[in-house]
Amino acid sequence: MRVVAEHVSKKFNRRPVFKDLSFTVEPGEVFGITGRNGSGKSTLLRIVGGLLSPSGGSLRYSSGGSDVKPELLHRQIGYVAPYLTLYEEFSAQENIALYARIRGLAFTSRDAQALLERVGLPLDRKDPIRAFSSGMKQRMRLVFAILHQPPLLLLDEPISNLDAQGMSTVYGIVADFRARGTVIIATNDAEDIARCDRTISVEAA
Amino acid sequence: MIRQAFAVFSKDLASELRTRYAINALLMFVIVTLAVIMFALAGESMSPGALTGMLWVVMFFASMSGLSRSFVAEEERGTTMTLQLLATPTAVYLGKLIFNLVLVIVLNLFIIALFLLTMDQFVVNQFGLFWLVMLLGSLGIASATTIIAAIIARANTKGTLFPVLSFPVLLPLLMAGINATKIAVEDVRWDAVWPDLQLLGSYIVVITTVSFLLFDFVWKD
Repeated sequence: MRVVAEHVSKKFNRRPVFKDLSFTVEPGEVFGITGRNGSGKSTLLRIVGGLLSPSGGSLRYSSGGSDVKPELLHRQIGYVAPYLTLYEEFSAQENIALYARIRGLAFTSRDAQALLERVGLPLDRKDPIRAFSSGMKQRMRLVFAILHQPPLLLLDEPISNLDAQGMSTVYGIVADFRARGTVIIATNDAEDIARCDRTISVEAA
Repeated sequence: MIRQAFAVFSKDLASELRTRYAINALLMFVIVTLAVIMFALAGESMSPGALTGMLWVVMFFASMSGLSRSFVAEEERGTTMTLQLLATPTAVYLGKLIFNLVLVIVLNLFIIALFLLTMDQFVVNQFGLFWLVMLLGSLGIASATTIIAAIIARANTKGTLFPVLSFPVLLPLLMAGINATKIAVEDVRWDAVWPDLQLLGSYIVVITTVSFLLFDFVWKD
């Protein structure tokens, strides 16, 4: 998916977070958003994900040569962030079944198990995910993001709370998505930045 | 979109059956309120018209204590963003509306059953009309409170705002509903109730249409 941001700015009340940000992310690219804490990396990622309206400027998305309608953007993106809360009263399998049902995907329990295996989560846990560790919850967020195989993957601090094995899972997913989509990572981590083709700093804006 | 809406509804239903957030609060509220009314009325006789008003008061406040949960629970659990990433705003609103409608119908059936059992002076003469008014009333309450719940979900004072905002919006429905129920209880002819039924029907159409149009702006930041 191609993402074009033109003169994007964001203010909360009257406080400017960033202004006049313009960039283009091409299909097959891993694009990094960097900046110190509180500089607006997550805010920009939420704007790119259509979860927050910009105060100024515009964003355009195109996939396979045609524009993506804003109301259908949620089908085209996968989003991972530490502040993303899943339905913690349900088990991992129930969460997967729920996402698949809402997204209208035909998903068998075997597909769900393959997905859990892919992110390194145990297949036999039947308890609600509120009982999961923070690292396991982060892996569940990865499941949430990749289940529908979106062409645009948005990752906010993707390796937070993850051990070495979890980090390599994330980087494996990034490599997979690079081959058939676009990845945007908001991060300050040197390892994440090393995997980006290009970066933009929101501090400069 | 309809399939997505039913998936949102079934998610809310499964979550509610597991956590019992709204159901327990609503049942306790109804039982306590009816007990207080019974103690207050001990030995006193009340006209069917006054009892009808009391029935609607219980239905209104019971709705106020539980129907905001549909959106407030998403906000409190922090799952609003998850739902925004999963479904279109229309599907979310429709799913929540169906959930609130099921909840308010079950709740009103429970209230009416208890009312008929405990209030000897409350006798319904035209049951067909009575159930029609109750159905339209439930539809109107669910429709109005769903959009108000979405509006107040992000406010700091949700508990106070919900009834304060709901009362003026629900006032036309309450007035027509009380009047039509009084007619059903007092066995007046059907043609006398026609203006109230028209008002109830129009109210549901207007509120539901406006809610669908507004929800997009309410749901997205």
